[in-house]
Amino acid sequence: MTTDVIAEDHNHHHGPEKGIMRWIKTTNHKDIGTLYLWFAFIMLLVGGAFAMVIRLELLQPGIQLVNPDFFNQMTTMHGLIMVFGAVMPAFVGLANWLIPIMIGAPDMALPRMNNWSFWILPFAGAILLSTFFMEGGAPAFGWTFYAPLSTTFAPDSTDFFIFAIHLLGFSSIMGAINIIATVINMRAPDMKFMDMPLFVWTWFITSFLLIGAMPILAGAVTMMLTDRNFGTAFFDASGGGDPVMFQHIFWFFGHPEVYIMALPAFGIISHILPTFSRKPLFGYSSMVYAVVAIAFLSYIVWAHHMFLTGMPVAGGLYFMYATMLIAVPTGVKVFNWVATMWKGTMTFETPMLWAISFVILFTIGGLTGVMMAMTPLDVQYHDTYFIVAHFHYVLVTGSVWAIMASVYYWLPKWTGNMYNEKLANIHFWLAVVSVNVLFFPMHFLGLAGMPRRIPDYSLQFADFNMISSIGGFAFGLTFILFLYIVIDCIKNNNKATSRVWEGAKGLEWTIASPAPYHSFESPPSKEEIIKESQHFHEK
Amino acid sequence: MDNKQLYYVPNGTYWPIIGSVGVSTLFIGLANQMHGVEWGMTVMLLGLAILIFMLFGWLGQVVNESVSGLYNDKVDASFRLGMAWFIFSEVMFFVAFFIALFYARNLSVPWLGGEGNNFFTPELWNGFSATWQQIAFNTPSTTLQNGTEISVPVKLVNTWGLPALNTALLLLSGVTLTIAHHALRAGKRNNLIFWLIATIFLGVLFLGFQVAEYGHAYADGLKLTSGIYGSTFYMLTGFHGFHVTVGALMLTVILYRVQKGHFSKDNHFAFEGVAWYWHFVDVVWLGLFFFVYWL
Repeated sequence: MTTDVIAEDHNHHHGPEKGIMRWIKTTNHKDIGTLYLWFAFIMLLVGGAFAMVIRLELLQPGIQLVNPDFFNQMTTMHGLIMVFGAVMPAFVGLANWLIPIMIGAPDMALPRMNNWSFWILPFAGAILLSTFFMEGGAPAFGWTFYAPLSTTFAPDSTDFFIFAIHLLGFSSIMGAINIIATVINMRAPDMKFMDMPLFVWTWFITSFLLIGAMPILAGAVTMMLTDRNFGTAFFDASGGGDPVMFQHIFWFFGHPEVYIMALPAFGIISHILPTFSRKPLFGYSSMVYAVVAIAFLSYIVWAHHMFLTGMPVAGGLYFMYATMLIAVPTGVKVFNWVATMWKGTMTFETPMLWAISFVILFTIGGLTGVMMAMTPLDVQYHDTYFIVAHFHYVLVTGSVWAIMASVYYWLPKWTGNMYNEKLANIHFWLAVVSVNVLFFPMHFLGLAGMPRRIPDYSLQFADFNMISSIGGFAFGLTFILFLYIVIDCIKNNNKATSRVWEGAKGLEWTIASPAPYHSFESPPSKEEIIKESQHFHEK
Repeated sequence: MDNKQLYYVPNGTYWPIIGSVGVSTLFIGLANQMHGVEWGMTVMLLGLAILIFMLFGWLGQVVNESVSGLYNDKVDASFRLGMAWFIFSEVMFFVAFFIALFYARNLSVPWLGGEGNNFFTPELWNGFSATWQQIAFNTPSTTLQNGTEISVPVKLVNTWGLPALNTALLLLSGVTLTIAHHALRAGKRNNLIFWLIATIFLGVLFLGFQVAEYGHAYADGLKLTSGIYGSTFYMLTGFHGFHVTVGALMLTVILYRVQKGHFSKDNHFAFEGVAWYWHFVDVVWLGLFFFVYWL
């Protein structure tokens, strides 16, 4: 395996086993983090391939390549794979790799369960993808699987999809429990909560979102399962149920889910900007409080996804105001990031490029979010390409951008080698240009009224769709380059120092590169923790 | 380095991958069974067997490590946090079904009757009107959209019959379990065993009555297919019953471990974890009793 070197054993008694069994049996947080990251990357390529099919069909008006039902399977599976297979596992992988070495712990609190939360994923992914080969094809009702599309009118394979969601839920819940236990119980004895790095903080809060939201999703799909197979009437008005109830339950999970994919990204950016600005993070404690506020608000805004379901006016007003309130703590974060860079001695290594473009592009996504939050305007934008543009700005140029930034930032710590800075720069510029060519025209398409999840469209949308598709193909290709850069970094011999970046702070930079198989068998000292913390300490 | 800071990080383990195979096999079998495939049930039972094998193997290993003194207070704290937040996730699972119940009771059923701003209802559902209890007898249609015939009950479960008795039993079992815990902490082994058996007995009695109650309800026509009333009734009480079953099994394992002398006065996390779980099941029942049976 090419990744062996990532966690090569340097000094200690029980090092990794040899061969494939090492990866199946491992209880080591670094091994498991590596597994998560590779799994996420493979899923990203799978989901990306689906996106390529979508963009190819949309290159021109008319139906050329796939039939409409298969197109719907593509949009559905693209969304599901990217959310549950790529972005979430990537963040959990980063959490596994980084949280223990950021808090000076020997490993995660529950190492065996850690193994299980990873090893459920390939099985869940296989079940989910196997639906393509079943009679009636894969689920085709959109990643939000609204009833009755997913109950009365769905193919048989939907039941397999439901169980795949259950498995993914088990995995996420176990991962979240593990992170909570690790952060509370495994911190170096001298590390106070308000000394924790922001990545740890954001993941800590995210775990509570996961543990609160994923069981709700499990409940929702269970109700779907019984509605489909055992004659219950949760989402069927003929029996006194309500299909709109599905949307309420789904989004009560779904909105926290959005922040599950955003908060760790915030944490990552809060590490990278200070490093390359050579200044401490501006407003550390306000960053923490802002994350807590966002997490709290995320539970009470779900119905802003449902303004067109005929909710009472008072409901529409409440959900509009509550949603716009989220812009306040998010704004705090954006201003803090800008203030961190202000008058800093900035250099623009690849992680910094990703981080700065994150701040700009995520803010665009956030602002379109405020537009969508306004009930009367949402009537116009709802289910158009405007929402597609919005959530791709927050999820691709937000979450995926942060993941990219973090990979470049911590890759030398993981592999012990520096990546090729020149190629990485090219990768960044190709990606940042192509992603905007891909997603920016979608704003115009949406405002002009092009509906989402449609394989064909009227002629006036043709030009922007073609531009968008071309951007999409280019963006897809950048991931091949990324894969090459990562493999090159694993294999080359361009040794990294343990600090890697001169401005970097944090306990992970006090251990060797690559990080030894077992780190922090004795906890770091108080002085070291304070020296490496993200904010000033009063003497 | 002093001993306190050592944290037990286990070596590699096969159990998780076995668990993944087991639970996937279980689900694949179940899905095929639901689609009427012949081998569905066999595969499902095979998956269940693998899962049970995994649970015995994995937990057995943990027990052995615990008994041989590999764990310290730190590990104990991790287990406690793990169990507490696992129970919280279980609570949230029930919350989903309670949301469905409250939503149907307070919003969607009145809306079907034309309340609120849903002024199309009279035309769509022919002037249908209902409140929560009534909807069991009077659903908007006689069949569901997927063709399932809706079963109309002749009467609902009487709150002050078996449900009230079951409430008393479960509350009592919470008390007996606490007495057992005190006996454990006082080192009174015989008392511990007695009160633990009493708790398990009450739990099993509860389950027996619950089965009996289901029997009566089914005979009266209140079924899973009785529209939203039957759906929420059986899904909530059914999942609760499943959790009581799991809790009773866990208590039985604890009883076995007590007999083996695994627990000491101040080191008995497994007992406490199961006790927390039992109290959780207890509290969920109170919610069910109030909102499903009583109000």
